[in-house]
Amino acid sequence: MVKEYLTVSEVSGPLLVVNGVTGVGYEELVEVELASGETRPGKVLEVSDKAALVQLFGRSTGVSAFSTKVRFLGRGLRLALSQDVLGRVFDGLGRVHDGGPDVVPEEFRDINGRPINPCARDYPSEFIETGISSIDGLNTLVRGQKLPIFSGAGLPHGRLAAQIARQARVPGQERDFAVVFAAMGITFEEADFFIGDLRAAGALERAVLFINLASDPAIERIAAPRVALTAAEYLAFERGMHVLVILSDMTSYCEALREVSASRKEIPGRRGYPGYLYTDLSTLYERAGRITGREGSITQIPILTMPDDDKTHPVPDLTGYITEGQIILQRDLHRRGIYPPVAVLPSLSRLRDKGIGPRKTRADHPNLANQLFAAYALGKEAEELALILGESALSDLDRIYLRFTQAFEGRFLSQGEDENRSIGETLDIGWELLRPIPEEELRRLSPEEIEKYLRGAQEEEEGG
Amino acid sequence: MAGRIVKVAGPLVVADGMEDARMNDVVLVSDEELVGEIIELKGARASIQVYEETAGIAPGQPVVTTGRPLSVELGPGLIESIYDGIQRPLNVILQKTGDFIERGTAVPALDRERKWPFEPAARVGDRVGAGDLLGTVRETVLVQTRIQVPPGVEGELVSISDGEFTVTEPVAVLKAPAGETAVTMIQTWPVRRPRPYRRRLSPNEPLKTGQRVIDSLFPLAKGGTACIPGPFGSGKTVVQHQLAKWADASIIVYVGCGERGNEMTDVLREFPRLKDPRSGEPLIRRTVLIANTSNMPVAAREASIYTGMTIAEYFRDMGLHVALMADSTSRWAEALREISGRQEEMPGEEGYPAYLATRVAEFYERSGRVETLGGGEREGTLSVIGAVSPPGGDLSDPVVQASLKVVKVFWGLDDKLAYRRHFPAINWLSSYSLYLDNLQDYFEEKIASGWTALRTRAMTILQKEDDLLEIARLVGRDSLEPSDRLLLETAKMIREDFLHQNAFHAEDQYTSLEKQHLILKGVVDLHESSAAALERGISLKTVLSVPERRRMSGIASLAEERLGEMARTVEEALRAVENLVEAAAGPVAGSTGGEADG
Ligand SMILES: Nc1ncnc2c1ncn2[C@@H]1O[C@H](COP(=O)(O)OP(=O)(O)O)[C@@H](O)[C@H]1O
Ligand SMILES: [Mg+2]
Repeated sequence: MVKEYLTVSEVSGPLLVVNGVTGVGYEELVEVELASGETRPGKVLEVSDKAALVQLFGRSTGVSAFSTKVRFLGRGLRLALSQDVLGRVFDGLGRVHDGGPDVVPEEFRDINGRPINPCARDYPSEFIETGISSIDGLNTLVRGQKLPIFSGAGLPHGRLAAQIARQARVPGQERDFAVVFAAMGITFEEADFFIGDLRAAGALERAVLFINLASDPAIERIAAPRVALTAAEYLAFERGMHVLVILSDMTSYCEALREVSASRKEIPGRRGYPGYLYTDLSTLYERAGRITGREGSITQIPILTMPDDDKTHPVPDLTGYITEGQIILQRDLHRRGIYPPVAVLPSLSRLRDKGIGPRKTRADHPNLANQLFAAYALGKEAEELALILGESALSDLDRIYLRFTQAFEGRFLSQGEDENRSIGETLDIGWELLRPIPEEELRRLSPEEIEKYLRGAQEEEEGG
Repeated sequence: MAGRIVKVAGPLVVADGMEDARMNDVVLVSDEELVGEIIELKGARASIQVYEETAGIAPGQPVVTTGRPLSVELGPGLIESIYDGIQRPLNVILQKTGDFIERGTAVPALDRERKWPFEPAARVGDRVGAGDLLGTVRETVLVQTRIQVPPGVEGELVSISDGEFTVTEPVAVLKAPAGETAVTMIQTWPVRRPRPYRRRLSPNEPLKTGQRVIDSLFPLAKGGTACIPGPFGSGKTVVQHQLAKWADASIIVYVGCGERGNEMTDVLREFPRLKDPRSGEPLIRRTVLIANTSNMPVAAREASIYTGMTIAEYFRDMGLHVALMADSTSRWAEALREISGRQEEMPGEEGYPAYLATRVAEFYERSGRVETLGGGEREGTLSVIGAVSPPGGDLSDPVVQASLKVVKVFWGLDDKLAYRRHFPAINWLSSYSLYLDNLQDYFEEKIASGWTALRTRAMTILQKEDDLLEIARLVGRDSLEPSDRLLLETAKMIREDFLHQNAFHAEDQYTSLEKQHLILKGVVDLHESSAAALERGISLKTVLSVPERRRMSGIASLAEERLGEMARTVEEALRAVENLVEAAAGPVAGSTGGEADG
């Protein structure tokens, strides 16, 4: 049942206070009609027996206390869904944005979704080959994982995300991922690059785009990831598709949330972000996963830019606490021309251990990865030492590690934007890099692995 | 009589006309009967935290009090269950509402249909009181649930049954001056009230976790408290899972509080497969899970900790060793903060309510080693391990600080170690255990004499390593004395071959205390004999290139059954170093003298 009021008593930022409402529910969808006849959506943030506090998904310009009508629609914001959303472009609220016809809905879904029962979840464990060594080899992505990219202004996260979207596949399965892309507050060029890349790869027909650019209303961003994830859930769990969701940029999303919180005069948490930011973000990120007995999956790659490259900023910090790892891009590597500039040590894939090893990638993968991590960490320390004391002061062993590190960054991390390395190639490069390191140093490897991959290979080389 | 909602703000609902309600009553909100709890009462106006999603709830809708505080059901059927924050069985909800959780689903915590075999242990005519044994139920292979007289009940046993019963059917009748009481196998208990015991005892036995850095360096006592703070990705959850798997407790209560859904799924899938190293039975048979994942309603997160704690106390009261893990207490504190903020309470540090520290202390104080109520002088223990997730890993966080004030063990996780993939990333210099004195007798008598001294020797080496590395950073490693360089090598062995423990390696994930002692003693003894060899003029290079030394590095990942083989490896390494000394001493007798290295 729709209720209409003409009782706006206060407008501040994106918020309206509507007096004298009855029977209005929390989180209810609101339609605000200006004198011009233009309508704007909003939702109820708080309601009492006297008034409702409404947050507009957009600007409040033009709203007036006398002529603005506010309608309460008795339900939450919903998205019209059918298979035909594929190949289409929508705005941050899920309205058609490509000039095409409206989607003929098969069903409507509330954009907030509902929590997956932990008993219904299926643990993600299928290896996704992205063709990128620093990810596949060391911080492996699996199907149904939520693995964000922590980036910084000017770093090539867009290119990396596009490369992942282009190359990702599960070995042995020819089905491609469907891509759901939500742009939140990114520039036209950034969005255009990504879309162009999908088009060039012929992937646009199996993509759904939700676009809220930097120039679009900031508050609309609060709905955008929810709308996108609702589409993803529909495609994954009703249509059995494997969906890759890319959300960019989560920092802009959080800033919009902060703006609303500030307008409400809530007690600010760290750096002005609201205290419920963790809970809010988790209701997005937890919408990734697999469900027992259902065909599809949702793999999430949220992208966020760390203000000042600071990992302890609330947005990356809270994200890292919720997601199943993080891929961190580093300015220093980028400056040295290394693409993709993945800082592998602080990066992490929490699901790696379930997705690699015998029958998944290769039996030698887990120990090799651990050994590469350990050796690279020592090499980085040696590098630091060399900066302070000069290389001549390094011990022989330190020098070996230093050379390892240079080779590792040059050959393992570094690869072309179109270079699609198989997991076998990635692991083989890893073994080759370890060869100069004395055996007794390689404590993460089993004696059999040393025998098979290091000594064995050496003899072969010598013999041949 | 129903009150009326006057305000809805997220999980907080305010209702008027609540004359008949009391503080902390459970109420049913709106016609959907969403469960909530009164957290503030001013006249007839109640502030209610609602344990379910409140979208669509509107002023004017009814609120009815149940007249009862938030309580849990205790009885057969808890083991192997997975509950939400207010003890609704998630597997039953799955059957009822499908893969996604619907709100307003009312399901009893304990199955009302299932019959349990009750074996009486008391006789008609016995005078029994709180905690006395009436009978037992074999709940799983690992757990024999004792059906005891609930606190507050006593009298003469006038009848007791034998056979199969549901949890709500009486199994015994007690007669007291006030009348007769029928006792069923189910008890309810308000979650915010600690269950009573006779007296508190001080902990005297380690909770053996099979985790080397924990058991050997920073042990937790049965009935003790520990906290694990650390930034994201440093290994809090893996440590908690390892403890839930391998700790030698009879009952594990695992509270997933505001963390990932997949982590609960992980436990649900793995625990039925993993075998308890002592009994060989699947670990799930001693486990109760509470799951309020981060996307589930925030107010229920606040309750989940207490739900878990009360269940844990119930088993402690049977005289069992219980361990409770809460991952993460920070999410619980944040839930507290969110509700407090919506109530517009005066915020304290970082926006947390001023009573945060009190709540944290009250939580950990429910742990302990106790003498239980009832006859038979039973001792039960409840160990509590809380993960803490401070923003940016900063230990000045109010939740960390409030925890450190009360817990006796601190396992500090270090992101630098985690980056190097040194796991568990428990920093050996900053962590501590205040139970070392309590546990000394146990270790010395039950495991090996000299345990305490060995620990001190190992810790000294690690501390010295840190100092030496500091110097090496200034002057280069090669300018250190050979004895110092030997120490660095030994410290590396302790770190790499002992402290480092891979949770995903079949043999490495669990190590018995015997094996822990053998490895650590081997490494430290080898250090001492090597140091002696240096003093006899043998070069560092010679000492370090003894091939038997290298073989020691693999022993941590050898199976427990091969303890004998490990002991031989250690002996051989020690002998090899001694042989060096003897060989060097030999030529002296033949009066050629000079360096042994030739
Ligand atoms: N003991 C361990 N052995 C092997 N890997 C570990 C261990 N502890 C942690 N890890 C690795 O670190 C990752 C993060 O650990 P986790 O416990 O989830 O961190 P936190 O809960 O602190 O965020 C895990 O996914 C795993 O890859
Ligand atoms: Mg965790």
